Amino acid sequence: MSQPHRINGGLTDRTQALHFTFNGKAMQGYAGDTLASALLANGQRLVGRSFKYHRPRGIFSAGSEEPNALVELRRDAHCEPNTRATVAELFDGLEARSQNHRGSLEFDLMAATDLLSPFLSAGFYYKTFMWPKAFWEKFYEPIIRASAGLGRLSGQSDPDFYDKGFLHCDLLVIGAGPAGLAAALAAGRSGARVVLADEDFVLGGRLNAETMQIGGQMGSAWAAAAGGELAAMGNVRLMPRTTVYGAYDHGIFGALERRTDHLADTTGAPRQILWRVYARRSILAAGATERPIAFANNDRPGVMLAGAVRTYANRFGVTPGRRVAVFTNNDDGWRTATDLAGKGVEITAIIDTRKIRPLASIPGVVIMTGAHVTGTAGRKGIKAITLNTGQRIPADCLAVSGGWNPNVHLTCHQRGRPVWDNDISAFVPGGDLPPGMTVAGAANGTLTLAAALKEGHATANAALKSLGFTPSRSQAPVAEDEPRTLEAFWHVRAGRGRAWLDFQNDVTVKDVKLAHQEGFRSVEHLKRYTTLGMATDQGRTANIPALAIMAECTGKTIAETGTTIFRPPYTPVPIGALAGRARGKDFRPYRLTPSHKWASENGATFVETGNWLRAQWFARPGEKGWRDSVDREVRMTRASVGICDVTTLGKIDIQGRDAAEFLNRIYANGFAKLAVGKVRYGLMLREDGIAYDDGTTAHLAENHYVMTTTTANAVLVFRRLEFARQCLWPDLDVHLISATDGWAQFAVAGPNARALLAKLVDAPFDISNEAFPFMACASLSVCGGTPARLFRISFSGELAYEIAVPARFGDAMIRALMAAGKEFDAIPYGTEALGVMRIEKGHAAGNELNGQTTALNLGLGRMVSKKKDCIGNVLSERAELNRPDAVRLVGFKPVDRAESLAAGAHFINRGDPADMDHDQGWMSSVAFSPMLGHSIGLGFISRGHERMGEIVRAVDPIRKREVEVEITSPHFFDPEGERLRV
Amino acid sequence: MIINHPLLGPRDAAEFVYLGDASLIDRPDWQDPLAAEKFHDYLYLRDNPVGNHRELWYHEQGDRSWLVVTRNTLTHEIIKVELATDVARKRGRSR
Amino acid sequence: MRYSAMRVLLEGLTGNRGWKPVWRDPEPKPQYDVVIVGGGGHGLATAYYLAKQFGQQNIAVLEKGWIGSGNVGRNTTIIRSNYLLPGNEPFYEFSLKLWEGLEQDFNYNAMVSQRSILNLIHSDPQRDAFARRANAMLLAGADAELVDAAQLRRELPFLDFDNARFPIRGGLFQRRGGTVRHDAVAWGYARGADSLGVDIIQNCEVTGFNIDNGICRGVETTRGNIRAGKTAVCVAGSSSRVMALAGMRLPIESHVLQAFVTEGLKPLLPGVITFGAGHFYVSQSDKGGLVFGGDIDGYNSYAQRGNLPVVEDVCEGGMAIMPMIGRARLLRSWGGIMDMSMDGSPFIDKTHIDGLYFNGGWCYGGFKATPASGYCYAHLLAKDTPHPTATEYRLDRFARGHLIDEKGQGAQPNLH
Repeated sequence: MSQPHRINGGLTDRTQALHFTFNGKAMQGYAGDTLASALLANGQRLVGRSFKYHRPRGIFSAGSEEPNALVELRRDAHCEPNTRATVAELFDGLEARSQNHRGSLEFDLMAATDLLSPFLSAGFYYKTFMWPKAFWEKFYEPIIRASAGLGRLSGQSDPDFYDKGFLHCDLLVIGAGPAGLAAALAAGRSGARVVLADEDFVLGGRLNAETMQIGGQMGSAWAAAAGGELAAMGNVRLMPRTTVYGAYDHGIFGALERRTDHLADTTGAPRQILWRVYARRSILAAGATERPIAFANNDRPGVMLAGAVRTYANRFGVTPGRRVAVFTNNDDGWRTATDLAGKGVEITAIIDTRKIRPLASIPGVVIMTGAHVTGTAGRKGIKAITLNTGQRIPADCLAVSGGWNPNVHLTCHQRGRPVWDNDISAFVPGGDLPPGMTVAGAANGTLTLAAALKEGHATANAALKSLGFTPSRSQAPVAEDEPRTLEAFWHVRAGRGRAWLDFQNDVTVKDVKLAHQEGFRSVEHLKRYTTLGMATDQGRTANIPALAIMAECTGKTIAETGTTIFRPPYTPVPIGALAGRARGKDFRPYRLTPSHKWASENGATFVETGNWLRAQWFARPGEKGWRDSVDREVRMTRASVGICDVTTLGKIDIQGRDAAEFLNRIYANGFAKLAVGKVRYGLMLREDGIAYDDGTTAHLAENHYVMTTTTANAVLVFRRLEFARQCLWPDLDVHLISATDGWAQFAVAGPNARALLAKLVDAPFDISNEAFPFMACASLSVCGGTPARLFRISFSGELAYEIAVPARFGDAMIRALMAAGKEFDAIPYGTEALGVMRIEKGHAAGNELNGQTTALNLGLGRMVSKKKDCIGNVLSERAELNRPDAVRLVGFKPVDRAESLAAGAHFINRGDPADMDHDQGWMSSVAFSPMLGHSIGLGFISRGHERMGEIVRAVDPIRKREVEVEITSPHFFDPEGERLRV
Repeated sequence: MIINHPLLGPRDAAEFVYLGDASLIDRPDWQDPLAAEKFHDYLYLRDNPVGNHRELWYHEQGDRSWLVVTRNTLTHEIIKVELATDVARKRGRSR
Repeated sequence: MRYSAMRVLLEGLTGNRGWKPVWRDPEPKPQYDVVIVGGGGHGLATAYYLAKQFGQQNIAVLEKGWIGSGNVGRNTTIIRSNYLLPGNEPFYEFSLKLWEGLEQDFNYNAMVSQRSILNLIHSDPQRDAFARRANAMLLAGADAELVDAAQLRRELPFLDFDNARFPIRGGLFQRRGGTVRHDAVAWGYARGADSLGVDIIQNCEVTGFNIDNGICRGVETTRGNIRAGKTAVCVAGSSSRVMALAGMRLPIESHVLQAFVTEGLKPLLPGVITFGAGHFYVSQSDKGGLVFGGDIDGYNSYAQRGNLPVVEDVCEGGMAIMPMIGRARLLRSWGGIMDMSMDGSPFIDKTHIDGLYFNGGWCYGGFKATPASGYCYAHLLAKDTPHPTATEYRLDRFARGHLIDEKGQGAQPNLH
């Protein structure tokens, strides 16, 4: 349990030892470690395998840019693949495993692919695997897929839960390094509402990784103090472990806060929270990412970013190697040598590509300027480096620095395009930043400490002024600027072997050159052809060097070559977090009908109807299947009386002096002269003349109507009515209220419906056929004073009513109806019986009103009044919608009555081949009619209304069936409609 | 996106439902001799501009106002928000 | 240069020095018989088939940026022919058949993978509609298979069968559907067209049409004027702004559709799966990423990016049907600009201006149509009559009332 690479110093808590395993091997680290720092402390250099060649790989960075050290954390359903060890916080009991190898990590059988690399260059797969044709799916692709991919999902439902939240602030500061902290301090002191977010679990950014001082204090200590001051401010919200991953329109940011990923026990709390942050202004202080230099075999474990090596030493008290060499093109790399040497780590060489005077002298260190590293030795961990002089220098860690790239990503999430800055040889934020955003510190290309602090402070004050705040009098923290000159250097030409650019996807310098050779020269072609930058790290360390090499090939500058653009997310976001709680049964809310409780007490089976849950049927003991129940419900309703909750139908209260005129324009048929106390069936068209919705509208009182819509269109019709009212005819005196949820409504249908209702309707209201005939309506009271509305309308074809009471009385109403109906053997019926009865009556429903059919198709052509303006009137007259051979809604009976029909069958004339050219129409709805004793169907067939009695084939090849059917009237039961008028 | 509702102040666009070009206010006269052609152009043809676009949004999760929002289709910047009723009246619509 | 395993082997042994540019980089000539405006999948396919099937010699493809930079480079790579209406189904089935022989035809491995596509069924009315559609597919000579929940449970045990808000009651399979490596389609067509003598001219933006007495005689570009016997516009996403240069207004709105991919994962999903009660469809790429998408953002936009509510909506749909993907991380997102047409169906037609042709309005379904769109457009350009499978894609269909509205949503583009 020793930690051979642990050295003194750092910010970890040495009093808190944490135990963890890597590939089953027990190891130990300290609180404050990442998995990566703990692995390094334990001397674990080999941690993963690359995507394509399965090359051995070690930890490369100390942050979210990590391309190599991807591991699986935790086990079973909690297993989390592809996690960067460099950002995974260590906790006691953590289980980590390497991924993407066959056999053990040390002896990966797939490593053989590396030997084939000459044949596996960029895009090789576009040029082969084409013969024989059928082999792609059967042979080549399964092999490719099995070897591709990285980690494994468990295949089990994600056991954690995720929350979402909204935050509002004056200023969002993204990144809590020196610039971000300086900005947050300035803003917090001025009283503005500030959110400060950082992906790390400790505030301070590079301050924790360096040995610089601020105001005479160690940078890390200053950062801790600044964090303390901010935490004490009520107007500041500190959000460590929070990645602001996307900048969206109008100052809205997406941020992911990790709440339990660093805990052993994750139960009882959301794993992560997805925040939508509404910020009036934002400061991007996301720092910069170091980039490597490409040279032969630069991908081996032990080759690391120089800044990361400093991070491990200074922040974590871990040295990645016992003998460390440095390869740099800038001043920054030298600090790795001096910092580590200061901690007693042996530095074997400093190689600087520049011909400069050495910036430091450390006893015993080979210092070479104007020199290059041309290769490494040591397959699973470097042992030595080779220089262009041929000199071989022992090293188990090579710290490489090619300069720093500002993290401009969020500046590009809208229209911003970064611009090349020759001074630092990197892209910096260009114009067209997200509105309200400014950039400070290293993210802005301000790479030195004092300048970054000043810029953070000044940027915050400018943002505050623009919001009308008075900046506090505090000054920017004081520090010294470190030397930071650099000479661009991208790759070492000398040396044998491949030089890696994109470590994870195995894109090498040769691949970029091949892409150029084959004409893939725009940056986007380069990316897509070679897969450069498409790995989990999004090419954070790879893209710029690769662009530089493409620029070399084309003879253009990097500025001319341009860069690919950045899109959200900055770092990957779990799908579970983006979904939040909307999963499983909570994916969408359930809407329950007022009789739901009663129905569930009485054996109802429920069905999802849009967001509603409706009773589908009510099984009784002894019934063997749903058909038994449904047939009984139909028969008993038609024999005596049945009750159905129809609350889900849309209800719109329409009032005003012009309500009648308004309705007359909304409906295709006339509504101007509907008398008070009467209901009328209405057909609504879309403006393109296609049938849209139907329902009844009741004229309850002078200038007061109640419209019903289909369940599916309740919200949509209301929206359209508001559009017509506000946008088309703003001066009509008409007002709309959505009343769908306000009223519980029940259909009471069957010969005994009147007798049943008579027991409930309060005197002196008279519901006799004479006083309250078919299509009558009234406001009245029931059950001794409960306000109610009664409509004598019928969907079932029976003597029927719909009775509505305020929704809060819905449960009482269904109970009262059933109690009153007891003497008549009243039964409740569900949506299935409702559907059977409407098919028996030939009424169109959703399957017929599907947005593709006209009034003509539906057999309702004569309802469309040509004498008035109404929505859809003009365009319904277009020629192709009125073809003589248009399909018409008719009924169908199987010639052999024992046959059953199937919705979705197509009609083919007898003797014609069953193909698309001879398609005559389709069956839209079918049911077994208990009243007729056989299967019946509604469907659309060309010229159907002229073809009564004709026999056609209902072909259903998908279910390998074909039935001969007779075209009939759609009114199967009681065609004269005598039953509903009695 | 955030829509600055003229009556209610800034509201998240997720509260709204989008319809399309504000020219949908200009419904032709059904008795126009060229009604068929005019209704076709009205319903089907769009300027679909790159840049400022006047468009209809409905505050369904709010006060049910229809709004005419002038928004840049390239930058998504919202330049102006008006009540559709006011716009409709200005364009001569009445009863 | 012909591609083959042998060639890969030989080149590998000789340092890969012999590979040639996949397409040339020619200067534009002053005159072509056919100028195709738009170097996306459809434009390149049009050029390829014009040269290969219809014997045209003198063709240019003009692309304002880099070829394949439009929607062929930013989609979810799905191919299928599971349409309902007679105006659509034969066309998409023709396209699927072309996909099936495409790689051998243009000698480029676009990784056409017929891994199947599944539309989940969650209600009885949905099953009725899918049965009707499946029968239409079979009557048109395509393949279809209607399965019940029990079979799905056997095939795709990871779907949420037991705790779903909208229970899975079955599905419609098209086993011949699947995915294709999208960029490779552009490159394969470019390579094929180039080898047949087509000039592919990148960084050449059309700034105007040279129209004279109702006849289009060519285009003005950022690289000079180019005369053309026929000018064929094929710029879905930018259709309205390009055709506005010819004074035309189109039955099209531009909308953004976002798409997403996760980090690479070991094989998980066999084919394409589409949620029937929300907005979510997903497949897994050969590299291992889950490629998924959902609904369009819903407002007119020319910005190739979307907003968070749709991202969340799509991920909710994903978690609703397969809660095992909760710990998979969304890695990249992108946005494509869709030509959303007024009935959800496309146009391949002449315009009222002689010599000017239009192809567009593909909504979010243009990728799968690429081969047939190219073929049928080439047919129209070569013969001046529509290909038999594309007779309905006319610009005047709204005036006639001949709608091809698969979803039944009417003239509101963001609902298609």
